[in-house]
Amino acid sequence: MDKDFITLFKEAIERDAPVNTEDKFRDYEEWNSLAYLSVIAVIDEEFDVIIEGNTFRGLNTVGDIIAEIEKHTA
Amino acid sequence: MAITCFDGVGLSALAACVPKHVVDNYAYTDHFPAEMVRDIVDKVGIYERRFADEQTCSSDLCYAAAEQLILDNEIDRSEIDLLIFISLTPDYRMPASSILLQHRLGLSNNCIAFDVSLGCSGFIYGLNLAFSLMQQPNLRKALILDGETRSKVYNPKDRNVAFLFGDGAVAALVERDPKFGKSYFSMNSDGSRGDLIKIDAGGYRQMSSPETVQEKVIDEHGNVRSMENGHMHGGDVFNFVIREVPKDIKRLLEYSGESLSEFDFYVFHQANNFMNEYLIKKLKLDPAKVPSTISKFGNTSSVSLPLTIASELGNKLSGHKKLFLSSFGVGLSWATGIVETEDCVISKLVEI
Repeated sequence: MDKDFITLFKEAIERDAPVNTEDKFRDYEEWNSLAYLSVIAVIDEEFDVIIEGNTFRGLNTVGDIIAEIEKHTA
Repeated sequence: MAITCFDGVGLSALAACVPKHVVDNYAYTDHFPAEMVRDIVDKVGIYERRFADEQTCSSDLCYAAAEQLILDNEIDRSEIDLLIFISLTPDYRMPASSILLQHRLGLSNNCIAFDVSLGCSGFIYGLNLAFSLMQQPNLRKALILDGETRSKVYNPKDRNVAFLFGDGAVAALVERDPKFGKSYFSMNSDGSRGDLIKIDAGGYRQMSSPETVQEKVIDEHGNVRSMENGHMHGGDVFNFVIREVPKDIKRLLEYSGESLSEFDFYVFHQANNFMNEYLIKKLKLDPAKVPSTISKFGNTSSVSLPLTIASELGNKLSGHKKLFLSSFGVGLSWATGIVETEDCVISKLVEI
């Protein structure tokens, strides 16, 4: 799932440069409120998971997002 | 459970008014580079908006829409027994704009008039209120006047909100007649999310002062606003909407016993194109049945839903039609509606 999510994540935030699980996604120059919207949408669409705003604020790395999705889909 | 049901009362006519000043969103580049603006505009799908001038209030736009409605439907003003004004941009903190509109429109002193301070969800609440009061046999006709000048609320130097909002108004006529079928509404509130869309100061919790109108840089991106400008956490609102709105839609359909596929039109609050495209996909709707005005009017808060009907369904509401309505936003407050219309008269769009 890591690899799938990273592909989807890159598409959602429109980033061409590499994305790694340990990256702090808020440091990407592509990250903004619209990117956030797209990421929420793609997680709902592909994994049927909606991450609460408060929970999302506590996530720092791409890996954190993956772990959060897995919590809901496990 | 706040689900309401009515029979024999309905929306018989609608007129809308927008300011004639068109803002080209690609060219709204006074504070941000053109390339950034283009990216934002393309993503939210809002290409044009209408801005009222400094002298024009929501109530002025409503007045123009109401005059058109009265003219086109040959309404006897003395028969209007109820006027509901919906807005978060009223003329004054007091008195209520609805009462000033009663006088300005030449309505009877024996007319019920009050304001409803709701945003995006407001029109469905207005329908519910008008339909409820119209159960009283002595009330002959009801006017819902719904207007917003959102352009005056947000700071053009805050890119979170600078490209989204516009101005407009609608006037709707509600009447009792057995020809109208059943209508259903579901209404919801979540004040724990009051901070997601908010103007912090200028009310009585934090009164207007030199400090509250002072513009400040509010984040690491250099966005600027004062405490009397609106702010919004768009991502969190979106998050909430995609979770709660489909649930509410399901609940109302279960109650009314109808299926989502059998409506003529689905009219949503126009927040941004991304949100509406997403809802269409999630709810598996036929996009041809989902009219949109987001590209030309932007988000006009409570006005966007009826403005979309007035602007896009002008010649499409003859005969019997079933409309599915959904709106959501500031509060947070959200509502779903099922309304049947019978030869609903839509006036030509007024521009002032």
